[in-house]
Amino acid sequence: MSVFIFIDHSEEQVKKASLEALSYGAALAGQLGVPAEGIFLGTVGTDLATLGKFGVKKIHQAAQEGLNHLDAQVYAKIIADTVTATGATVVVFPNNFNGKAVAPRVAARLKAGLVSGAVALPDTANGFVVKKNVFSGKAFAHVALNTPLKVISLNPNSYPVKEGQGSAEVVSLSVTAPAPKVRVVSATQATGEVPLTEAELVVSGGRGLKGPENWGIIEDLAKALGAATACSRPVADAGWRPHHEHVGQTGIAIAPNLYIAIGISGAIQHLAGVNRSKVIVVVNKDPEAPFFKAADYGIVGDAFEVVPKMTEAIKKLKGIG
Amino acid sequence: MKILVCISKTPDTTAKISFTQNNTKFASDGVQWIINPYDEWYALVRAIELKEKDPSTILHLVTVGLADTEPIIRKALAIGGDEAIRINADSADPYYIAAQIANIAQQGGYDLIFTGKETIDYNGSSIGGMVAELIDWPYISLAVKFDLNGTIATVVRETEGGEETDEAGLPLVVSCQKGVAEQRIPNMKGIMSARTKPLKVVEPIAAETLTSIVSFELPPAKAGVRLVSADNPPELIRLLHEEAKVF
Repeated sequence: MSVFIFIDHSEEQVKKASLEALSYGAALAGQLGVPAEGIFLGTVGTDLATLGKFGVKKIHQAAQEGLNHLDAQVYAKIIADTVTATGATVVVFPNNFNGKAVAPRVAARLKAGLVSGAVALPDTANGFVVKKNVFSGKAFAHVALNTPLKVISLNPNSYPVKEGQGSAEVVSLSVTAPAPKVRVVSATQATGEVPLTEAELVVSGGRGLKGPENWGIIEDLAKALGAATACSRPVADAGWRPHHEHVGQTGIAIAPNLYIAIGISGAIQHLAGVNRSKVIVVVNKDPEAPFFKAADYGIVGDAFEVVPKMTEAIKKLKGIG
Repeated sequence: MKILVCISKTPDTTAKISFTQNNTKFASDGVQWIINPYDEWYALVRAIELKEKDPSTILHLVTVGLADTEPIIRKALAIGGDEAIRINADSADPYYIAAQIANIAQQGGYDLIFTGKETIDYNGSSIGGMVAELIDWPYISLAVKFDLNGTIATVVRETEGGEETDEAGLPLVVSCQKGVAEQRIPNMKGIMSARTKPLKVVEPIAAETLTSIVSFELPPAKAGVRLVSADNPPELIRLLHEEAKVF
């Protein structure tokens, strides 16, 4: 009996989404009165024992460099075998890119009920019911997992990272990994930028900015804040910004602490991707823009005048520039 | 080459989301239904492009749904594809749905299965991975680019803040998102020909349902926007810093 947490990593780093999953898994283990254990496939520069401060007592590591790149089929087999061998009853994944590839495979392999995109700890008072995001951020569903073994994948930015004291025991997992059928040819990492799905602060621009040449004011504001940049669908479709910046119903859904929308009217499809943001700020010259109804703070005004003044105020506050 | 594309029916992206029967059922009155955009715009269109490049390709569509799903699958056939299979079942459990599709996949002798990255209603992103596991095929998720050279697929998938280029042989399951293809509008010729394309209805196989939806909930309404004068942007920053404490 334990809660098992998949610790995702890339580029020698344990990702923030994994720290959230560890914190979530540890809290769930506390709730169920069982230990929390992690599973780590591959190698990393940092000492895995230090992840104990996120509440995990033991980490099973298959320290093979060949596992540093994801092959969902190989990962799923190793994770499922380990879960079975240790008798874990809940498996927690971060619902990030790698988690989305592996969690469904593990669930299907072990015939375990899966809830993907969980946003809160399970209600275990009567059964095992997990709240998840549905209708692209427009609603939540409470999903009952009706199997002895349960798989949960946790949406990024839905559960806080909780750091305490402690050290994890790292045990070596001896596995014979099957040969991967997917070969990684190359990988690129956007350097120096905050990945949008992990970002706590996001500055986003829409058609109101009139053209890609005007994105300097968005980037300056994002830089002053330490925020990631995003955009609306028309902006990505027009090729003003790369498509991976497109947030909304058919782009990516995000839940940062702060979302600043500049020159975005707030179509329902856009709101679906951002309405789980904790604080929404809208700058738009049209007082009738529907986005103001979904916003916490707003300025009705010309972005080209207002945004540089916001950037200046942040720099002044932070004592930079 | 034989390709299977998974098609799902979802409410239109502008549909008002509300619930009935004590928040246990989606209020579908007056809702317009569409092909799940990820299935239509990316998975289906890329499969059609592959068939256009190699006309000997056989392209089948599959959906799990009751008779009311047929207009959606006909619309998908109007965009392209040779025939469709409707598995006559209604379920929200991803394992049950994946087991049905896996059964069709196994019987049909397919080389390639495409799904959309997720449905815009359940947001599970899990059918592709589950199907792949049930039939023991490799799976590449969240593709932004897909190319096929003989029997070797080159797939670019999105990762945190970056991209990864993968190579894999067939058979293969791929979930598709923006970048893989461009949306197509069905033309009159397509709509006419779709009427006569085969739409097979098959009964579901026995499969377990592992999850159930207990209830739905709408997010709490916002208290209302607090407007700051356009002459005073520093006041907005002060509020974000001192009142909202977001940075």
